[in-house]
Amino acid sequence: MSAAGANPGDGPVSAPLLSLHDAEVRFGGVTALRGVNLTVRRGERLMLVGTNGSGKTTLLRALHGLVPCSRGRREVHALAPQGREPVAAMLFQNPFLLNLSVQANLRLALWLRGLPRAERASRCTDALQRVGLAALARRPARVLSGGQQQRLALARAWALQPDILFLDEPTASLDPSAKREVEALVAEFAGDGVTVVMSTHNLGQAKRLGSHVAYLEDGQLLAALPVERFFNEPLPGAADRFLKGELPFA
Amino acid sequence: MSTVADSLRLALDMIRHADVELVRIVGLSLRVSGTACVAGAVVGLALGAGLAVARFPGQRLLVWAMNTLLALPSVVVGLLVYLLLSRAGPLGAWGILFTPAAMVVAQSILVVPLIAALSRRLVLNGLRDGGDQLRSLGAGAATSALLLLVHERWGVLTILLTAFGRAVAEVGAVMIVGGNIEGVTRVMTTAIALETSKGDLPLALALGVVLLGVVGLLNLFVGLLHGGTATEREALA
Repeated sequence: MSAAGANPGDGPVSAPLLSLHDAEVRFGGVTALRGVNLTVRRGERLMLVGTNGSGKTTLLRALHGLVPCSRGRREVHALAPQGREPVAAMLFQNPFLLNLSVQANLRLALWLRGLPRAERASRCTDALQRVGLAALARRPARVLSGGQQQRLALARAWALQPDILFLDEPTASLDPSAKREVEALVAEFAGDGVTVVMSTHNLGQAKRLGSHVAYLEDGQLLAALPVERFFNEPLPGAADRFLKGELPFA
Repeated sequence: MSTVADSLRLALDMIRHADVELVRIVGLSLRVSGTACVAGAVVGLALGAGLAVARFPGQRLLVWAMNTLLALPSVVVGLLVYLLLSRAGPLGAWGILFTPAAMVVAQSILVVPLIAALSRRLVLNGLRDGGDQLRSLGAGAATSALLLLVHERWGVLTILLTAFGRAVAEVGAVMIVGGNIEGVTRVMTTAIALETSKGDLPLALALGVVLLGVVGLLNLFVGLLHGGTATEREALA
């Protein structure tokens, strides 16, 4: 991962997957993201941190292509040696899809991606077993606990076999045990070589899961560094105060 | 008082014995309004879903016009369809004025704004909850709209029942374009108006009871659907 103002030269540099160039995202009269230069590289685990309303979710959505850049551009790099665009999946703050059952959540996602019926069934079974939800396949997703719903969302992502996974605060409002389960599954994704981009308020989690950390404030990317440097080196003023928990309420 | 009681007794007798004229009028009413709702659903659902997902210049104006047409008086629809279908009108060559087909056209026009406005709201609510997820999974605008209509099928059915209730209970449009011809275009509402003006209260009352019954059953059905889905939501929350 490299960003304006950051040193991209820590460790071996892998191939880029996604880039934002001077990206600005506006919603009506509100600028949610401004002048962001960021490249996500293959195999990275990028944690986005910042206060509420700092632009983390918008940055995730912009990277995923769900919101267009009002200015600047988003670039998707072809995977080498496959020569195809990376497959992306995203976990939203609302983890389940519509009012469907657990297995229908997966099958609909796979159907939308154009997979044949037989493959849909096998991927669905495998993914649910992987996250320990096979026994709840026919349950409505809405009745699952918060942790189970996040595991379902991860199973759906797993079934899609993504190259890059976006997660929007996947452990917010989960109890410590559910949080650990979700973190373990995210780590498994990363262990499989999936590039992870995740927003979080939990600095400990960013430290545990991340290879890189980016700090946003007021829609601007103020720091983007390898995790060791982010937590051990002096940061620009606001980022430093955020780390120390000294930021006042806006 | 005794006239009312006698009329009501006669009306109930007609219903109990399935009076031939009564059955014919009720049958035609249900056929005309049912067909109008099916035709109106095709246009209204497509229009409503399209307006929910598409972005184009003039969209707000179209939504405003659609919402305004919710209050469209049925006699105005009847007049417009009459002008279109009359011999000198642009569609006069069809030769369907004063036939059930003309009544279907009028009632279809009447229910399209209702179906479109309500289905647009339904799809917008679905997109608010899951639109980003569907787009993230690669669903285009049309696929998302279609999926949400299928997913919210009970809501769609409620909309269609509401539209049927409006169509079957209106009198102005079908009177103008149907002409209330006995055995051809006479439906429940036009027959009630005519029989009341003639003083034949038993048939008018019998038709009134059946019309109320049809609308009441629809409301009951809609209520059960709403109650069912609300209970389901509560249970699943």
